[in-house]
Amino acid sequence: MRFSGLRVLAEGLTGNRGWTPHWRDPAPKADYDMIIIGGGGHGLSTAYYLAREHGLTNIAVLEKGYLGSGNIGRNTTIVRANYFLPGNSEFYSHSLKLWEGLEADLNYNVMHSQRGLINLFHSDGQRDAFARRGNAMINQGDDAVLLDRDGVRKLLPYLDFDNTRFPIYGGLLHPRGGTARHDAVAWGYARGADRRGVDLIQNCEVTGIDIENGAVKGVQTTRGAIRATKVGIVVAGRSGQVAAMAGMRLPIESHVLQAFVTEGLKPVIDHVISFGMGHFYISQSDKGGLVFGGDLDFYASYASRGNLPMVEHVMEAGMTLMPMIGKARVLRSWGGIMDMTPDGSPIIDKTPIDGLYLNCGWCYGGFKAVPGSGFSFAHLMATDTHHAPAARFRLDRFRTGRGLMDEEGTGSQHNLH
Amino acid sequence: MRLARGGQIDRGQRIAFRFDGHRYEGFAGDTLASALLANDIRLVGRSFKYHRPRGILTAGSEEPNALVTLGQGAAQEPNLRATTLELAEGLAARSQNAWPSLGLDLLAINDLAAPFLSAGFYYKTFMWPRALWEKLYEPLIRRAAGLGALSGRANADRYARAFAHCDVLVIGAGPAGLMAALTAARAGADVILCDEDLRTGGRLNAEALELDGQPGADWAAGVTKDLAAMPNVRVMTRTTVTGAYDQGTYGALERASPAEAARPGAAQETFWNIVARRAILAAGALERPVAFRDNDRPGVMMAGAVRAYVNRWAVTPGQAVTVFGNNDDAHRTAADLLAAGVHVTALIDSRPDATTALDVPFYKGAQVCAAHGRKRLEAVSIATTSGIDKLRTDCLAMSGGWNPTVHLTCHMNGRPMWNPALASFTPTPGAIPGLTAAGACNGTMSTHGCLTEGARVAAEVLVDLGFKPADTTIPQAEDAPYRITPLWTVPGKGRAWLDFQNDVTVKDIKQAAQENFRSVEHMKRYTTQGMATDQGKNSNVAALAVLADATGRGIPETGTTTFRPPYAPVTIAAMGAGGQGAGFAPQRFTTSHRASIAAGAPMIEAGLWYRPSYFPKPGETTWRQSCDREVMMVRNAVGICDVSTLGKIDIKGPGAAQLLDFVYTNTFSTLPVGRVRYGLMLREDGHVMDDGTTARLGPDHFLMTTTTAAAGQVMRHLDFVHQGLRPDLDVSICSVTEHWAQCAVAGPKSRDLLNAILDAPIDDATFPFMACGPVMVQGVAGRLFRISFSGEQAYEIAVPARYGESLFKLLVGLAETMGGGAYGLEALNVLRIEKGFITHAEIHGRTTAFDIGMERMMSAKKDFIGKAAAARPGLVDPDREQLVGLKPVGAVKQLTAGAHLFDRAAEATRENDQGYVTSVGFSPTLDTFLGLAFLKQGRARHGEVVRMVDHLRGIEALCEVCDPVFFDKDGGRARG
Amino acid sequence: MRITCPICGERDRREFYYQGDAVALRRPDPDDTPEDWDAYLHLRDNPAGVTRDLWYHEMGCGAWLVVTRNTVTHEVLGAVLASDAARGAA
Repeated sequence: MRFSGLRVLAEGLTGNRGWTPHWRDPAPKADYDMIIIGGGGHGLSTAYYLAREHGLTNIAVLEKGYLGSGNIGRNTTIVRANYFLPGNSEFYSHSLKLWEGLEADLNYNVMHSQRGLINLFHSDGQRDAFARRGNAMINQGDDAVLLDRDGVRKLLPYLDFDNTRFPIYGGLLHPRGGTARHDAVAWGYARGADRRGVDLIQNCEVTGIDIENGAVKGVQTTRGAIRATKVGIVVAGRSGQVAAMAGMRLPIESHVLQAFVTEGLKPVIDHVISFGMGHFYISQSDKGGLVFGGDLDFYASYASRGNLPMVEHVMEAGMTLMPMIGKARVLRSWGGIMDMTPDGSPIIDKTPIDGLYLNCGWCYGGFKAVPGSGFSFAHLMATDTHHAPAARFRLDRFRTGRGLMDEEGTGSQHNLH
Repeated sequence: MRLARGGQIDRGQRIAFRFDGHRYEGFAGDTLASALLANDIRLVGRSFKYHRPRGILTAGSEEPNALVTLGQGAAQEPNLRATTLELAEGLAARSQNAWPSLGLDLLAINDLAAPFLSAGFYYKTFMWPRALWEKLYEPLIRRAAGLGALSGRANADRYARAFAHCDVLVIGAGPAGLMAALTAARAGADVILCDEDLRTGGRLNAEALELDGQPGADWAAGVTKDLAAMPNVRVMTRTTVTGAYDQGTYGALERASPAEAARPGAAQETFWNIVARRAILAAGALERPVAFRDNDRPGVMMAGAVRAYVNRWAVTPGQAVTVFGNNDDAHRTAADLLAAGVHVTALIDSRPDATTALDVPFYKGAQVCAAHGRKRLEAVSIATTSGIDKLRTDCLAMSGGWNPTVHLTCHMNGRPMWNPALASFTPTPGAIPGLTAAGACNGTMSTHGCLTEGARVAAEVLVDLGFKPADTTIPQAEDAPYRITPLWTVPGKGRAWLDFQNDVTVKDIKQAAQENFRSVEHMKRYTTQGMATDQGKNSNVAALAVLADATGRGIPETGTTTFRPPYAPVTIAAMGAGGQGAGFAPQRFTTSHRASIAAGAPMIEAGLWYRPSYFPKPGETTWRQSCDREVMMVRNAVGICDVSTLGKIDIKGPGAAQLLDFVYTNTFSTLPVGRVRYGLMLREDGHVMDDGTTARLGPDHFLMTTTTAAAGQVMRHLDFVHQGLRPDLDVSICSVTEHWAQCAVAGPKSRDLLNAILDAPIDDATFPFMACGPVMVQGVAGRLFRISFSGEQAYEIAVPARYGESLFKLLVGLAETMGGGAYGLEALNVLRIEKGFITHAEIHGRTTAFDIGMERMMSAKKDFIGKAAAARPGLVDPDREQLVGLKPVGAVKQLTAGAHLFDRAAEATRENDQGYVTSVGFSPTLDTFLGLAFLKQGRARHGEVVRMVDHLRGIEALCEVCDPVFFDKDGGRARG
Repeated sequence: MRITCPICGERDRREFYYQGDAVALRRPDPDDTPEDWDAYLHLRDNPAGVTRDLWYHEMGCGAWLVVTRNTVTHEVLGAVLASDAARGAA
């Protein structure tokens, strides 16, 4: 079924009885060409691009819960390409281009909204660091504008320019940055993959990876054994556990990141704002809730919930930056589990086991990467060669020290990125 | 309409208030909701999506419809529940989400278009043309969405944060909570009793029940009085426990009473962190609606709420009230209405075997299948075995049963258990370590049961904590069984509401299932059911039942969504109390702060510190003029700069030298006493952590300095290396940053200046370059270090912090007589760039010793932190970017930090990127801009001309690559 | 979250700095292989369950602690001084 305004009208006139399932619920077959472990955003987009770009459709996506039950449905929905180190620059740039065509591509409105993202800075040193970043973005072919204090004031008059603890010197505007409706991204990819013949299998937990003579042969699941000679692990938040099934230790520590949404409010914040000094970022959803978040709780955790010290720190940052949000009420808080790597950048690579591929380590930047990650991982799985924009996301970079992408400059302590 | 008598209101105290501009009156003790109902106001809000007219549904914080805005200007506060707002003189509430008025809301047209706005319609349209999304569709959607509005002005009210500790936290002060608190308090435990209502009693305030022969509310008041008189008890009304966190930590929001809130400077709300050894959840239960056609009409209310309005506020929400339920509890509503003299049109019970002794028209095995009327209820249709009856009525009290308030027990990912007898979820024991549920929230529905369980659970908790519970007498109270037959939806045409605020109907849930959103999480996210301000408190269980039915599963297999904190919404201002303005982070001031301000220096942030940027003199109109003068002053005379913000770490003990050898790349054990050495410190991953000088004050005594930015990190690191890796070393490490005030005295006249204040003069022989030692400064014991961050002959002199201000003033005063004076960070930065000295602009966390040309400082003779990782091939790759100096050579003379470098003829693209500029400054000494930069293979490219491109600032310049040391390359000035 | 410091007693999480897995106490020898160093610096067991990790009582006594903790439930099972743990490991 093709979605369109016309279809919505036609269905409305006939009692909305004609809508069909977004995806099937097939039983797992005994054998597939490829298995994707993980039906989150990255796994679903990988399956979609395997089908669309490489014509591979004898594929199963195995999801232990429901589709999109991980971080794709538990983030602050920000889409941007404002990185500055080689590797990240070209990857996120590619991902953003995919975002820009996503609705047409998927025939699904993911509400990608390029409302502009502003990173604030509070000293001359920070301005120079953001200038380096902005220039790198333009070198990459993306967009960036350096705003002075008055430039920020024009766009964000409600910030506290007079009393805040860290005076606002200016901001780096990324006009093509913005947000998208997170769940819809998962559903759009799921529907797209399903329509091309991929089997999306929910409530199917992988319990083992079958390896013979250094090559993958299939997986064991709660719904039986499934054979395949290529298996991709795309299970952010559980990467270590699944990799351990193949005898691997990963350069990953799992951490909880909390986020918050307020009750619905009439439009008041029209951009995405990032306040690095306070580790605070905020936007307003189309439904009217202020969606915001902060830093990790900083201790290793799989609990997808956090504690009050970080909650209060985030709220304090909001109050010092934009005290006009004080009377908005926080409706809900949640926590996502982040695959934190030693340089804060992800991994898309083969493993030492033939036919076993790894996509992980997205730290807390995975949402915006969903299209690019799936595209590049599909390329790798289909062709056994690295897709150029993701060619630096190598698993061995920590051992060799080559091509580290430590945007924060905080070094090999996992939770500092 | 107000009843003639009864209620917990003070009829002697009339309170005038406004709603949408009209003036009304209520009584002290009213909520806005009870006062509106007393004035026969039915239409109070509009729904989120269809802008349906809505009235008051509940009497508590779960209210989905009656949301209003209070206040003007900065005090404007949206989305307040009329049901919990205490009436106060002059209160002026405004309705929300309606234009131009609540009565005539143009967006009500959405209701007519509802067939086209079904679940998830927006995912299927608004895609073409692409460019219209941001330009047209999204702005329209955003404008239509949202509830109330923020003012856009900075918060001007005070909010507070507080912390408390107790043995037993009791959450909820209904019968179970009061008995629990009483039992715990009498045993001597420290007790905190919280209730979100303005008074204790819970449902006892809303019901016409007696305890020990007295009205329930009076009993509650009596017990509360006893509790409040005990020194080990804190009774916190107007306090909602919002979240359960680890190790017995609970978040709670306390609201000031209107009288308290009106006091100048009073905190409007206080957010509490309560640490409790044990907690007892006695949060009661919430009644749930039944879904039938147009069940959202103003006048359709929860039965328990109707009883609350009648009994507590002496208000009847209607003159001819119909009662509809599927459980015995609903019958109480008819009884209470009759007792209050209100006409009961009918009592309708969906259970075929129901009976009643009440003298009212009674329908058993019947269901209300439709509500009629638009802005107020006019009639209901009743489906009976013999057909449809239509009854004129202006209020329907409905009860689909009660849902135990299990929310807090789910805050640590625990899932509640389905209880078929209650047709609801009850808490899973142990879901929150240290928390036990008691009373209605635990599925115990009679008053007697709640009282007994409250006391019993408290006694168990007390034993665990080592207290001896005293025997407790349980008051006499009703112990009626709670009988229910589930009724979620009434079949029939039309739309039946589940989630009132978000306009999610039974049809939407069924459509979601039809589109294969069968997981309860998918259903929620697709339809938005449960995502409104009540977080599904009114709709979750029924929606789940509809989904279970639509997908052919039972409720337990269908599962639940997760309740997450906060239980009820909390203002950002309360949870972020103290953060507004300068309160967000500590402010650190040097001892010279006042003197710098007095000298007119603009102060700028350096981490948490404040440091002077420059010291303007009369006639100087730009910072550059001041900066240039200060630089030349240091080069030609003497300058004074407070450098106390640098980290100072005192390291003492027989193992001190060994520890330093281990944390620095270079060797310190060979440093003679009375000498200072520059040290480079790596992280264990081989990248530079920090640099600084360390002085040997005695054989086992060193003083390390760190950069301002890395002081905390280095202290932590030293403690880790010592305690975690080298516990064998006998050494003590202590930060003394704030104990010493330290000033740089730099310039050719620095020694002359010092000799004017030192009790014993120094000379080059006794105090050569890189010497250090104790000195007396006008009778004060201080320390002197001959080190230089400017390249000039320079010293840093330190005195105990209490003398810092005097020292600074003394030095600056003397310097000014010698053609010098104070200099600020701008000049400091230029001076160090001229010398090629690095700061964290260069050692930004990604650089290696190799990158900054200090690979020779990595000792081959010993192990040190970072040595192994620094040898990784990627960290010594000759192709890496290396530190260089840049001088403009083309027509454009300006350099900018953050610009990137390219070969002269190459296009400015990522692929061609050769490096970037880290620091720039105008050197008055050399009369040119200077830059420090990282350039691929930079050390081999001195003399080459590269192109600097700063797209953002529109600057391009040709630069000559050179050694980063621009001035006095052999360092003679510092030594001489 | 609350942690019992062996020196100071039970304290709020706010007083502590978190570093990561207590593997950091088992520093390889300088001439161990690059693989050993890679494992030490980067690779983690990252258990979903009981783990031992390093906390620093930064706003308290300055002691580094090895805390035994559950990463799924956040239960804190105990804490010892890192210096004691390091001596034991040595």
